[in-house]
Amino acid sequence: MDLDPEGLFRDDSDSESEFYQEKDFTKEFVVYLVDASPKMFGAAGSDEDEKTDTHFHVAINCISQSLKAQIIGSSYDEVAVCFFNTKEKKNLQDLNGVYVFNVTDRECLDRPTARLIKEFFYVEDTFMSNIGSRYGIVSGSQENSLYNALWVAQALLRKGSSKSVSKRILLFTNEDDPFGSITGATKTDMIRMTLQRAKDAQDLGISIELLPLSRPDEGFNVSIFYAELLGLEGDEISHFLPSAGEKLEDMTDQLRKRMFKKRKVKTIRFSIANGICIEVNTYALIRSTSPGSIMWLDSITNLPLKTERSFVCADTGALVEEPRIYFHPYKNEIIKFSTDELSKIKKVSNGQLHLLGFKPLDCLKDYHNLRPSTFIFPTDEEVVGSTRIFIALHRSMLRLQRFALAFYGSLYRPQLVALVAQDEITGSSGQVEPPGMHMIYLPYSDDIRHVEELHMSADAIAPRATDDQIKKASALLRRIDLKDFSVCQFTNPALQRHYGILQALALGEDEMPDIKDETLPDEEGLSRPGIVRALQEFKISVYGENYDQEEANAAAAKGCGSEASRKRKAMAETAARESASYDWADLAENGKLKDLTVVELKYYLTAHNLPVTGKKEALISRILTHLGK
Amino acid sequence: MARNKEAVVLLLDVGPSMHSVLPEVERVCSMLVQKKLIFGKSDEVGFVLFGTDDTYNELQKEVGGYEHIVVLRNIGVVDGNAVGFLQNLPRGNFPGDFIDAIVVGIDLLIKKFGPTNKGKQRICLITDAKYPIKEPYEGTKEDQVNTISQMMQTHGIRLDCIVIREKLPGADLRVMEENDSLLDQFSRKAIAKIVHVDSPTSLLGALKTRNISPVTVFRGDLELSSTMKIKVWVYKKTSEEKFPTLKKYSGKAHSSDKFATYEVKVDYEYKSMEDPDKVVPPEQRIRGYRYGPQVVPISSAEWEAVKFKPEKGVKLLGFTDASNILRHYYMKDVYIFIPEPGNQKAIVAVSAIARAMKDMNKSAILRCVWRQGQGNVVIGVLRPNISSVDNIPDSFYFNVLPFVEDVREFQFPSFRSFPSSWQPNEQQQEAADNLVKMLDLTPSEGEEVLQPDYTPNPVLEVSYCFTQTVSPTCYDKIRRFYHFLDLKSKQPDADVPPLDRNLRGITEPDPAVFSCHKSVIDNFHKNFELKEKPKKKKSSKRAWRGKPSASSEEEGVDGEASGFQSSNLMKDSSNINVEKIGNLNPVQDFEAMMARRDSSKWVSKAIKEMQNHVSDLLENSYEGDAYSKAIECLLALRKGCILEQEPKEFNRFLLGLYEKWKDTDLANFFELLSSKNITLISQKEAPDSNVTEEDAKNFPVKAELKSQ
Repeated sequence: MDLDPEGLFRDDSDSESEFYQEKDFTKEFVVYLVDASPKMFGAAGSDEDEKTDTHFHVAINCISQSLKAQIIGSSYDEVAVCFFNTKEKKNLQDLNGVYVFNVTDRECLDRPTARLIKEFFYVEDTFMSNIGSRYGIVSGSQENSLYNALWVAQALLRKGSSKSVSKRILLFTNEDDPFGSITGATKTDMIRMTLQRAKDAQDLGISIELLPLSRPDEGFNVSIFYAELLGLEGDEISHFLPSAGEKLEDMTDQLRKRMFKKRKVKTIRFSIANGICIEVNTYALIRSTSPGSIMWLDSITNLPLKTERSFVCADTGALVEEPRIYFHPYKNEIIKFSTDELSKIKKVSNGQLHLLGFKPLDCLKDYHNLRPSTFIFPTDEEVVGSTRIFIALHRSMLRLQRFALAFYGSLYRPQLVALVAQDEITGSSGQVEPPGMHMIYLPYSDDIRHVEELHMSADAIAPRATDDQIKKASALLRRIDLKDFSVCQFTNPALQRHYGILQALALGEDEMPDIKDETLPDEEGLSRPGIVRALQEFKISVYGENYDQEEANAAAAKGCGSEASRKRKAMAETAARESASYDWADLAENGKLKDLTVVELKYYLTAHNLPVTGKKEALISRILTHLGK
Repeated sequence: MARNKEAVVLLLDVGPSMHSVLPEVERVCSMLVQKKLIFGKSDEVGFVLFGTDDTYNELQKEVGGYEHIVVLRNIGVVDGNAVGFLQNLPRGNFPGDFIDAIVVGIDLLIKKFGPTNKGKQRICLITDAKYPIKEPYEGTKEDQVNTISQMMQTHGIRLDCIVIREKLPGADLRVMEENDSLLDQFSRKAIAKIVHVDSPTSLLGALKTRNISPVTVFRGDLELSSTMKIKVWVYKKTSEEKFPTLKKYSGKAHSSDKFATYEVKVDYEYKSMEDPDKVVPPEQRIRGYRYGPQVVPISSAEWEAVKFKPEKGVKLLGFTDASNILRHYYMKDVYIFIPEPGNQKAIVAVSAIARAMKDMNKSAILRCVWRQGQGNVVIGVLRPNISSVDNIPDSFYFNVLPFVEDVREFQFPSFRSFPSSWQPNEQQQEAADNLVKMLDLTPSEGEEVLQPDYTPNPVLEVSYCFTQTVSPTCYDKIRRFYHFLDLKSKQPDADVPPLDRNLRGITEPDPAVFSCHKSVIDNFHKNFELKEKPKKKKSSKRAWRGKPSASSEEEGVDGEASGFQSSNLMKDSSNINVEKIGNLNPVQDFEAMMARRDSSKWVSKAIKEMQNHVSDLLENSYEGDAYSKAIECLLALRKGCILEQEPKEFNRFLLGLYEKWKDTDLANFFELLSSKNITLISQKEAPDSNVTEEDAKNFPVKAELKSQ
């Protein structure tokens, strides 16, 4: 965790970071527009017990989580949170029924801060007293809170050019018919105005997305009003998944997923055969999240420091320009390479994906892996017909149980990849696995190590488990079964703690948060009698009855006298004896230590349990330090 | 350094049947030596050839026999000359006897090292083992192998054997089987590994050219529970071989300075923002961690006190169905868990669990902290690896799985929700099915092309090559580097070498495979149409067009398949400035392009594209179904060429077409031509033409005569 000076170089590591980052650097500005009407505070579940959970709570929860994810992702995205259908009003335009939530030291639309996250997390507790809830659109009044909300959101998003920034309004509501309470000309008028407002916003490059909340017993009907507001047409309405989830958690899950904006890594060409070349987008769905970079500060002022790099010729000590030439010693000579030559070497292919053929899925072994996979999904943006070919291949591969072997000529590391077709999997919380192909980076023969052979013994045939032992092991496997294990059900305890500490420090809190490590084994579960018995039976079957005793004996035997330890002991004794025959203090006093040999010096060091490594001067200075001189 | 020092004797079969693959043998051996020059400067190598015309070895002098074996280079520390030996191996004309060669190799090693250096001696045998070996003077061949194995074991010599056999008919199967069984005997009786490869590319990957001594990541208990533990060692199974780190060069040193390092050091200075001249000393620096827009300063001591500190240990969380963990969740390079070497009980315990997991198709989930003081934990999945070799114990592979924070759950539209114009129809689906079935890289049982285990990294290959000027052919990225390195050492201004033919097989589809399934591919091609949308900005040609000559094929070929064209394809051709010839209205596109006056290139481009279009139509026509379209296009082309004074273009094209197809079933097309009055352009029509009116009229009859 240093400033990573390596990263500044034009080097392999440079392009490596490219692999882990998304190319799409566009910033994102988001306004969370949350309906705060009394309807949102009604019970969300049909079940009486779930009374405490309201749609409002679900929305706050989702936004909270997404804010946390954002701050961890060290993102420069900016957010604003805005409630509508409120009693109080707080916004620049001074419009009724709209409340822009904010904390100190922060503009309304700004990067999320620790304080924002914290205060927003508790906003529900004081919401009724500070902000209040009330229907903003009622008959007999000309107020239109939805219109106002869109206006405020649009005004918040005024900063930044729409070219470099993607702007979004995420609207959380459970009211599919906001103008249902009024009738007549006022209604048509209001609808017209609101739609016009939405269209204006969209014309300015702001996309409006709806996150509908619904109850199991009454679905959210998009076509009543919102389809028109969002500009959905025909078919699209049916694709607009109305999230009438069975359970509230499922809905939360679904909303959380939909709040992400998909960011592609890049668009690449996939050449199939004979000049057929389709276009696909690549996405980094799985990449390890690191605690982020650090920066150096002046410990007195806490201000950031500027890092300056200079190049020094090792032979002459002269300052030089950043070299354009690199070298490698070879056969006692120095072979020079220019940066151009280096990039030429690495360029084997033109950045395309080339299909080489297909193999059955079982050819893809468990050890054929190097890096996290990349997801590919077809696009018809530039090459029309890509999606159709992709879908056809996808289906065939799934049906025939094959993966495609391809060569991916990326600049970072041209590599063989396996393209594994993944069918769409949907669960109660919506899409679990998207349809598409996963690109798995395969190792070359140079990357595979044959470790198994390392300890191969020529004569001894390695013992194998007997059928009975395997049976016992199977029984054990059945016992300790994680039925519904799903990948990534654990949060990373190291990261959680890291950010927990940072948040506490950022807010000036003294108490360090206690993060639960979810990754520890379930001791309680493992001590259930059935499991204990299965373990015990297995243990006896493979180790024999008295294993623990034998182990203890072996350990004891080791302790009192393996060859090496006996030798060490003997050496220490000699050293102590020899060392006693010198008057070290006197020698040190008169600077005569340097007249002794290294062997003699080491007597002292060994006798006093000091390290004996290093040059003679180092040994002497160590002795002097130890003597306190 | 000396700890990893090893001695290798290469035993190379140069007998007649090996001649075809000797270039690759030379290459892979050179690579081995080149890498040793960089990574193992004190390693020792020796070369022995067998199947040679000559005989030169000490055993022959001492005891007789051992003919046709030449010790090319005795064992010695690697140097630049060693590569030279391998550049032009003499081709021998005698069947090689690999058993004799092994004996000579062992003899070299024993004479050089005696009883020392055990376990660091290796013999690499590369042969096709096609010829029978000689009957020994006493006992059977099996006995002989036993004696040799015994000898190798007592001296701690390993044997790596690569048997290369390309599919050749007429080889003596009985002899090969006998040889194979003899070699297998080695792998049972001594520490030996026999690898069979069937292509030169695999040969490049089969020989371990770099000797890395693996280091354990973890040694200790695999805790099934607090009471049941298995002693295991964990190693890396895969690890990316990186491009070698290069040093920055400084030419400042005086030329007479013998000890010049030519290196450039990089200094970092941290300066305060307020006072740019003030350098802040290290003890006054403090780390700042970003948290949103804030930077939180924490000293390392403070951080140490509060950070996450898990206990070292590898613990089982439980078992789960293998299907619960999809393949694409594997995060990193792979680890291998082997039972503690020599610990019989651990070996049995691992074997029992691995086999049970395999039988029940289960995976195990582990939580690992490899080292004390490690700041994070790893969650991963353990998969069984059942050993197929008797003297290698069963083991596990371990793959790291992601945490919640590592996964981005983007939502993608379901394929079913796409408009029907994006969905393949039945016919197209069938074409895709056939493609997937036929382009099979596992042509028969047990065979697999481009297996990762035998596929070398092309880039490393070529760079090694570059350092060695001698052979202009070379290898792929890391390989490419080493090649280049060597090349440059001999010829400083050498250019980056191109990719070798064999390595091309890694980066590009194998033309042999593709051509033998041409009909499948063509069918696939015919069934789908692609169309590039016009770019908003006029950029240069996009990459997908590939080579210019291939562009015509890419344009989508099908006259007759136009029924499949979906309505959304139509939108694009209504572009105002036509930039290429599409399939829908080629004649109009062509005329529009010819009429463009904004650049002179359009005329030649239009002619070129129209020619390609006609060729494609004909090539893909079935029983003349595309003739009428082709005729239309030809007429337009002819007219255009006369107008633009480009008669030669047209005449050359027409004659070319005729030459290409006159003997095929397309010949009747040319009869049709004359009936439609499509002749060569004569001088009368366009002065630039060199075809007389008479000749033009007589086409194609006249052309026939001419060509004969």
